[in-house]
Amino acid sequence: MDEILEILENDGRTTAEEIAKMLKLKPEAVKKTIKNYEKEGVILKYKAVINREMVRDADAEARALIEVNIVPQKDVGFDKIAERIYSFPEVSSCYLISGTYDLLVIVEGRNIHEVSRFVAEKLSCLENVRGTVTHFLLRKYKENGVILKHKEVNKRIAISY
Amino acid sequence: MKREISGIVEKMKPSGIRAFFDLVLGMKDVISLGVGEPDFVTPWQIREAGITSLEQGFTSYTSNKGLYKLRLSIAQYMKNRYGLVYSPDDEILITVGVSEAKDLAMRTILNPGDKVLVCSPSYVSYGPLVELAGGKPVYIDTRSSGFKLSPKALGKAIDKKTKALILNYPSNPTGVSYIRKELSEINRVLLKRNILCVSDEIYGDLSYDFEHTPFPVLSGAKENCIYLNGFSKSYAMTGWRVGYACGPKDIIAGMTKIHQYTIMCVPITSQMAAAEAIHTGRKSVEEMKREYKRRREFMCDGLTKLRLDYVMPQGAFYFFVSVKNTGMSSLKFAERLLKEEKVALVPGTAFGESFDDYVRISYASSYENLKESLIRIGSFLNRRKGRG
Repeated sequence: MDEILEILENDGRTTAEEIAKMLKLKPEAVKKTIKNYEKEGVILKYKAVINREMVRDADAEARALIEVNIVPQKDVGFDKIAERIYSFPEVSSCYLISGTYDLLVIVEGRNIHEVSRFVAEKLSCLENVRGTVTHFLLRKYKENGVILKHKEVNKRIAISY
Repeated sequence: MKREISGIVEKMKPSGIRAFFDLVLGMKDVISLGVGEPDFVTPWQIREAGITSLEQGFTSYTSNKGLYKLRLSIAQYMKNRYGLVYSPDDEILITVGVSEAKDLAMRTILNPGDKVLVCSPSYVSYGPLVELAGGKPVYIDTRSSGFKLSPKALGKAIDKKTKALILNYPSNPTGVSYIRKELSEINRVLLKRNILCVSDEIYGDLSYDFEHTPFPVLSGAKENCIYLNGFSKSYAMTGWRVGYACGPKDIIAGMTKIHQYTIMCVPITSQMAAAEAIHTGRKSVEEMKREYKRRREFMCDGLTKLRLDYVMPQGAFYFFVSVKNTGMSSLKFAERLLKEEKVALVPGTAFGESFDDYVRISYASSYENLKESLIRIGSFLNRRKGRG
């Protein structure tokens, strides 16, 4: 992966000027590369990683991982039905996977009832959805490579040879 | 009554900047650019291997030479990476960091009065270790040649009593390193004059501008060289204290003798973790190296803008910066910067008495800290200018 992406993936606030210094490039060149990444959709958006365990958010108190079994459609396979599912705003992630079921869907809601209702009334009723298994999330430890707790403090002594 | 202790120890100078270190350690909220170790924590899989070894009951001594599987892994690594063949049976010794290995090397090769050449500025322990082993350190000042040892200066420094040269590249405190051609020239002088090379390559994995060349790969050098390396810097394992020496059988046998009586063996937990590091840690090393390199460029830009002079480092994580223009001695500079701006760095005199116009800046620190410290050094310097 391009080092510019590596840097931004780690800290999206790093400015083009700073990246230019780190990689010994011209700031204009870095800006242009970033612009291209944005245009091509390599960089989709910049956002903060929030430790939701520490924020009581009334809109997303409950999360569930849902295994979905589907009947693939002719010509388009799983894509069309996946699109119908991931377009719901309640769905925060959606993956096609190998194994005993087809889609892994992550659903967020205000509470367990809301998530259950979504599964019962929206997801399960979709044509081509053969069955679902819902796992409610109890606690998050790590998400997208980020460990959800306070940073490890550096225990080095402040000065040494 | 004054008790008589060893004359050699009595004569050893205590570090003149101990008091400064204590000052730093006693102060809160200091941004430190004075640290000689990585700011990364040991990669998890390595820590986990240490924990597992404890769970499995690996709590005993190991062979004096070190765990066979670790020596074997090091031998395989040296062969695959550099084409160097060392036998895990009698050409590799696991030591308590490179620090112990250096001590063992000196005590093994020196007779009373033998001289050892040390490039100056240098890491703090070389001179004292030579003295403790009964030898005499001879310092070669490298400042006029960009902190690099020139073959000419080397040739001039050698006399009948010269036994060895201690080479350290990439260097602490300057970060300077050598390309293969430069090393070959040094090697030629050493071979011609029959001088051993003790090569401390602990920062070898952190070489940013060119491939690191281990000294023993040079033509004819292997039988004439004690190669020292360890896990501290590459794998962020300073606290585990694992280093190793690779060298000719007779020397490794000698070092092993001293090691077995003084240390017995390196703690087994650390050896088990090190074995894991060498098998699965390469990816982490490469990631850390890329990150250090970016920080180097970042600091290079910042220091240049502050109009501070330095020789561009090619490795390790240090800048050796001249503070001559400020008119302050290195200790004064460091003390005032600490008191006024709460930024810590190491005065140059730590690395050689005559380097009183330099300070060592370590960039093994987060960008946040690096950015903030550059701002603080900037205002510190500006205030001085205003007065001047």
